[in-house]
Amino acid sequence: MSKNKEVILSVKELKKHFDVGGGQIVKAVDGVSFDIYRGETLGLVGESGCGKSTIGRTLIRLYNPTSGSVTFKGVNVNDLKGPELKKFNREMQMIFQDPYASLNPRMNVLDIIAEGIDIHGLATGEERRKRVVELLETVGLNADHAERFPHEFSGGQRQRIGIARALAVEPDFIIADEPISALDVSIQAQVVNLMRRLQKEKGLTYLFIAHDLSMVKYISDRVGVMYLGSMVELAESDALYDEPLHPYTEALLSAVPIPDPEVAKTRERIILEGDVPSPINPPSGCRFRTRCPKAMDICATAVPEWKEAKPNHFVACHLYNE
Amino acid sequence: MMSKILEVKDLHVSFKTYKGEVKAVRGVDFHLNKGETIAIVGESGCGKSVTSQTIMRLIPNPPGVIKQGEIIFEGTDLTKASEKQMEKIRGSEISMIFQDPMTSLNPTLTIGTQIMEGLIKHQKLDKKTAREKAIEMLRLVGIPSPESRLDQYPHQFSGGMRQRAMIAIALACQPKVLIADEPTTALDVTIQAQIIDLMKALQEKTGTSIILITHDLGVVADIADRVVVMYAGKVVESGKLEEIFYQPKHPYTWGLLGSMPRLDLSRDQELLPIMGTPPNLLDPPQGCPFAARCQHAMSICTQEMPELDEVSSTHQVACWLQHPMAPEVKPPTAAVGGK
Repeated sequence: MSKNKEVILSVKELKKHFDVGGGQIVKAVDGVSFDIYRGETLGLVGESGCGKSTIGRTLIRLYNPTSGSVTFKGVNVNDLKGPELKKFNREMQMIFQDPYASLNPRMNVLDIIAEGIDIHGLATGEERRKRVVELLETVGLNADHAERFPHEFSGGQRQRIGIARALAVEPDFIIADEPISALDVSIQAQVVNLMRRLQKEKGLTYLFIAHDLSMVKYISDRVGVMYLGSMVELAESDALYDEPLHPYTEALLSAVPIPDPEVAKTRERIILEGDVPSPINPPSGCRFRTRCPKAMDICATAVPEWKEAKPNHFVACHLYNE
Repeated sequence: MMSKILEVKDLHVSFKTYKGEVKAVRGVDFHLNKGETIAIVGESGCGKSVTSQTIMRLIPNPPGVIKQGEIIFEGTDLTKASEKQMEKIRGSEISMIFQDPMTSLNPTLTIGTQIMEGLIKHQKLDKKTAREKAIEMLRLVGIPSPESRLDQYPHQFSGGMRQRAMIAIALACQPKVLIADEPTTALDVTIQAQIIDLMKALQEKTGTSIILITHDLGVVADIADRVVVMYAGKVVESGKLEEIFYQPKHPYTWGLLGSMPRLDLSRDQELLPIMGTPPNLLDPPQGCPFAARCQHAMSICTQEMPELDEVSSTHQVACWLQHPMAPEVKPPTAAVGGK
């Protein structure tokens, strides 16, 4: 289905390295390429330190890439200036992980949500307030909440405010960086249902970054799996979960706790040994080889190529060489 | 029949704050059998951590007060135990591992010192024997080259390794009860799988009884024998693992199960969230605390708290829907799947 779709965002060979001093360089993202189609949800999963948040932040220009390109609607986002940049800032918005840290405690909800409206001059006076109230209602809050401050809200409510703020400038692309990890289970479902409803109503495109694989499977059309700065597999979410190709994806999926005692007792788990190596000095060749149960000699010497092993199913692993 | 090693009876714990008394735990009953694992589940603020910290008597007083109730451990009521008695029990009879291995280890002491501390104090070992025992413990929890690791500090360990070290500290004196408060929440899934496997293996080896505090029903399904569901300071349902997952009776348990995406849930189906938020425990509602968020609430629910009723000899639920005069309500399929 994704074939006839329009590419809204294209990432090519993206690298983001951080100089941490002492001549050491953290290769947080090291050569990642993927496309996002208009109206879809692309999930990005991986463990802490795999670079998934760095990708999100580089896409929206919170970081400048070390090399590689990010093309949004046909334009390289790092070339944008002046009015074009301002337009881009409207079109792409972000929802953050920590609803406690991402809202200014000194501003009331009205001003928090209207900040984007003010910057882009979308509305003033009564119209401005009306818009904010509409947004509050869209995310399940109401007009009474407009004059309150962030500390008066629960985590789930704050995340709703964060979503309303992102929607205020009528974006069409939203990066959600772990939007539900800080919330309780029952509240997570509320926020996910809200995000799905908004996507349907407004035709939004999402990049959904998370480490909770069952939630990512549920919300995403396609899912990309990252390990230590590289993308190891990318496929439609059913295909990825039903037939994972990369040994890391397999291990990651088998490690997800499943809330069903019978399944938990009968399934076989692949327990990975050890920890993720340091991104300052990653292993040669395939970065996963030090923990891979299927590692071969070639894995230490050659970086596996990123290729389409099945239609719409990409993987970087020597097991799938011809 | 299995024998009870720990029993909590009608426990009430409150915190005195400037706003008034926060009734964090409001009448909790459960027991732990020898060699089994029970999971206490519930959302933030439901009182699960306060309950476990009260068992260890780690609640600072003031502001925390045990208002009433008993905690019977091998015939002693821990709520009345003196600080001296508790010192003998903590770390030796009952141990605890915490959620955040980053902040619960002492950054200024080596891992070895922290493991040996309990051995020297409780088991009166000399330093050399304690050190050997500590190496053995690190090996047991799967830390490579334990001899050199012993002299390292917590910051030299990764998150998963720190949690292993915490487990080594907790199990060093072979406690009869291990309380694990969200032991894997701060960890990545592959590391979480390692730690759960480790806890299961260690339990088989040592026969320790485990109280697992968590909000992750996936972890519960993997490790627990019985489940206690808490909401707003009360136990709303408890039963064997299969009873809670396959025949849940309380609408809150349905809500918890329905909020999690199951693998057989297709993307067209909506998740079943619990609407609203938990009540304020400064002024808890008079009736069932879940009534305000419950789709099936009746007028009695807001007036009177239901008693814990027996569904079977192992399964209890506190809900007015169990009353013979209540209408019959089926759990939603999002909660129990097609079963």
